[in-house]
Amino acid sequence: MSIMVNGSSAELPRDPRVSLLDFLREELHLAGTKKGCNQGACGACTILVDGERILSCLALAVQYDGRSVTTIEGLAGEGALHPLQQAFIDHDGFQCGYCTPGQICSAIGMAAEAKRGVPSHVSADLSAEVKLSREELQERMSGNLCRCGAHNGIIDAIRETVAAEMAT
Amino acid sequence: MNPFEYVRASDAADAVRLGQTPATAYLGGGTNLVDLMRETVARPDTLVDVTGLSTVIEETASGTLMIGSAVRNTALAEHPTVRSRYPVLSRAILAGASAQIRNMATVGGNLLQRTRCTYFYDTDGSRCNKRKPGSGCDAIEGFTRIHAIFGASSACVATHPSDMCVALAALDATVHVQSNVGERSISFSDLHRLPGDHPELDTTLKPGELIRAIELPSLSSSARSTYRKVRDRASYAFALVSVAAVLELENGGIKDVRIALGGVAHKPWRAARAEAALRGGPATEQAFRNAAIAELADANPLRDNGFKLELVTRTLVAVLGDLAGAAA
Repeated sequence: MSIMVNGSSAELPRDPRVSLLDFLREELHLAGTKKGCNQGACGACTILVDGERILSCLALAVQYDGRSVTTIEGLAGEGALHPLQQAFIDHDGFQCGYCTPGQICSAIGMAAEAKRGVPSHVSADLSAEVKLSREELQERMSGNLCRCGAHNGIIDAIRETVAAEMAT
Repeated sequence: MNPFEYVRASDAADAVRLGQTPATAYLGGGTNLVDLMRETVARPDTLVDVTGLSTVIEETASGTLMIGSAVRNTALAEHPTVRSRYPVLSRAILAGASAQIRNMATVGGNLLQRTRCTYFYDTDGSRCNKRKPGSGCDAIEGFTRIHAIFGASSACVATHPSDMCVALAALDATVHVQSNVGERSISFSDLHRLPGDHPELDTTLKPGELIRAIELPSLSSSARSTYRKVRDRASYAFALVSVAAVLELENGGIKDVRIALGGVAHKPWRAARAEAALRGGPATEQAFRNAAIAELADANPLRDNGFKLELVTRTLVAVLGDLAGAAA
């Protein structure tokens, strides 16, 4: 049983109790993914699995045999930040930074959902082309809490980068 | 978390075979069960992973929509047929949890999620008949703002947490289940139960029974449906009150209406009295208000949740008003 993490293969843990979050942090020493509430209420542990955003704290690692995971460590290129990482800096999208890896992974997954036309709770027309207004972005990012209150900067950073094509 | 064995089912028959031993639980996306196990509220000794079961959504020859139990919540909410013909279902799903959780959670798992009563989760400090049968209920005399106003018992006042299930109740969905003795179908309103003397039982499923699929009946092309959820914050919170409604008008009057309420009972609450008050009558605000009042004749608010009566009334009036306006 193995899993791809940021392009490298890793053996999955034998103990089925190990969450994907603990596996990443404790066994692979990829501490970028953060443990906030550990109960699915804060979004700090958000990662991408085959391009979809999920909460790694509620995921049992054994369930992800054969899947491909991207964490915050897998986003930056050679010596260059991912554009969204740079935009978080430019827009003061954080203070303490604890929620930031989850916010960034979540935003990338969110942009992919919007691109394929997934509506949201605030979409007036469920079947219309997705336009990412500020309200839409706030709703679609509501699973990631920021206790420093940097949400406005976070939304600005997302609007300028991964959501730019669909922003209104 | 207690130790357990993990096995992955190759199909429904395999899952049912693996699921026969006591203390075995079926595992979907894990968004509720993993949390319950971490809190030791749930202590299965074997998990049968059923995410490999059907993820197909397809129209049947008779015009119904069949949904495999391993379909993820996001996939169901974004399905073109669901969006156009069953908007109440898309909207209910999109109102629930967060996008990350909807990407993980399965349809079958959503049906079997357990209450978010805080006393149920409080293993160290609270008595709970749902968690430990016969131990007592600390919620009833406790802080009851989120608790039931319909159908509660002296043993349990918990509410069902699902948004999706409220829509499925209003849609008169059918649940297809399989066990080691065969298959059967359950009308959605009969899947979840009221607490009575056995609040530890959320559903009428028998031990080892597996949800294979959900089937939505075909809807009249003139039917309009939607879902509205009222909660403590704008997003990512459980419902205080929610309303799912399907409305069909004819010559300005109400030909048919189906209404289910969330956040108010141990199960998605089908508002049969309100429906009966509305059918065949005018689609006016006064009629909607009277229907809510008829439904609330059965309500028994607790110390802290009396506000839900007015909230049900206002939300129901608003939802039916929106649907009547859209259909006009």
